[in-house]
Amino acid sequence: MKKITADPKGVLTGVHYLDGDFAIAEGALAAGCRFFAGYPITPSTEVAERFAERIPLIGGVFIQMEDELGSIAAVIGASWAGVKAMTVTSGPGFSLMMENIGLAAMMEVPCVIANVQRGGPSTGLPTLPGQGDMMQVRWGSHGDYEIIALSPNSPQECFDLTIEAFNLSEMYRVPVFIMTDECVGHMHERVVIPPPEEIELIERKWYEGPKDKYLPYKPDKDMIPFMVKAGDGYRFHTTGLTHDERGYPVINAECQNILVPRLVEKIKKNADKIIKFEEEETDTAEVIVISYGITSRVAIKAVQEAREKGMKVGTLRLITVWPFPEKRVKELAEKVKAFIVPEINYGQIVLEVERCAGGKASVIGVPHCGGGVHDPDIIFNAIKEALK
Amino acid sequence: MMIEIRFSGFGGQGIIRCGLITGKALALFDNKHATMTQSFGPEARGSACSSQLVVSEDKVLYPYVTNPHILVAMSQDAYEKYYPELRDGGTLIVDGDLVKVKPDKRNIKIYSIPATRFAEELGNKIIANLVMLGFFTAVTKIVSPDAMKKALPGLVPDRFLDLNLKAFDRGYEYGKQILTSQK
Repeated sequence: MKKITADPKGVLTGVHYLDGDFAIAEGALAAGCRFFAGYPITPSTEVAERFAERIPLIGGVFIQMEDELGSIAAVIGASWAGVKAMTVTSGPGFSLMMENIGLAAMMEVPCVIANVQRGGPSTGLPTLPGQGDMMQVRWGSHGDYEIIALSPNSPQECFDLTIEAFNLSEMYRVPVFIMTDECVGHMHERVVIPPPEEIELIERKWYEGPKDKYLPYKPDKDMIPFMVKAGDGYRFHTTGLTHDERGYPVINAECQNILVPRLVEKIKKNADKIIKFEEEETDTAEVIVISYGITSRVAIKAVQEAREKGMKVGTLRLITVWPFPEKRVKELAEKVKAFIVPEINYGQIVLEVERCAGGKASVIGVPHCGGGVHDPDIIFNAIKEALK
Repeated sequence: MMIEIRFSGFGGQGIIRCGLITGKALALFDNKHATMTQSFGPEARGSACSSQLVVSEDKVLYPYVTNPHILVAMSQDAYEKYYPELRDGGTLIVDGDLVKVKPDKRNIKIYSIPATRFAEELGNKIIANLVMLGFFTAVTKIVSPDAMKKALPGLVPDRFLDLNLKAFDRGYEYGKQILTSQK
């Protein structure tokens, strides 16, 4: 794994007033993404628009594909050709990508997928926010695999976390997701883009040994195999079928039991290194509000009001939603009376909190079906209720 | 101190642009934190439309406007829709030719400018939003005129930059006059 600094060509150093969608595109370009394939869908289209405008000027490729199946497939291909690649979509497009997301996980292809979430199911609420794809991103493709999902709550974080997403995908050879929402995607705020030499990037491990000895799925000590660039003269095979170290299909339980645990454990064993969260006043809290994305900013209003009234409320904001910060939630469950989990869906991450709380603290979901954000009063009432 | 502002009017008047220009001016050139959100629905040209700005010395946490300190209304519909949420002691700014303000017992400061008429006099009613922004800058004093002008490049077409600056100045001067006459 090589650490490098950003290529100045892609970095728009300076202070900007950007929305979250544009900031995702700028983060990707700063991270060295030079291939974008996508199909426009509200509210993610502005990411694609920004790429279409900017990427040809810095020697990259933008392709508007025929649909989302093609988009993610092209991204997988580009990544195998040695280029950092991404796509972006929302609800219905995300559903269409599921099969090939599994392929990316199985082939261990570094790639980044941004989902600017809107209200669902189906075509749902194209122009309005949701956080209803949080379980889909974890479990949407069939079989056992792990992914990484990050949830920015501001345009600045859209920029920062997109760079982080590329670094993680290169490091662990795994699809990494930016799970934002219509609110953050369309919200404008100041975004500071640092000079290229201050942006640290991680590049996948390239195989440099003899051409006839390359084994595309022979794991290194860290469980991650080396990659080569298609076209550089290495012969290799990659497939969605269960495969051995050579990348050839081996259709039996024995090989499956070597491959699948590695796909899962390479993320699980590194969870502590991957997971990021922010907490406030959790050491004195009786109740902790757990939230992510735009909801973390809406919940703040309720938390402030509760604190003004003397209630002991802490916050845990998930920056990494998957892998889930299981260890921390388990620790906190020993100390607090309750967790409050507001999210713009009918109850998804709350299930994960419940699992980790294991009956030691009560868990109160504050669902919202999408189309807007929570009324902070509803979150406040849940806090009050929990403290009774 | 947190200030909430809502710009409103109908689609096509440059209402979202008003929020963008003011937000950029504050965040980039006046050293404030400014979060701009917009109504993003299936609205078409002609229907009610608004952009919201939360301005603060510190990081803006809650990003939405609930009881604005300042409401700019460039259409009757927008005025009717958003006026009730304007806080007591707040400021209402209207295009006086397009909005008929109703009497209210609350303590609301009202400023009126025929922004669209002035824009037409300058040659194009499409710049009415900039006339309004100049006026807004003068009467509210929450953003500096320099910052507003610096924010324009990139947010208005290059070939219309001068016209937009002229429109801004027209509104700004009118605002200053109003303030002087009120003294």
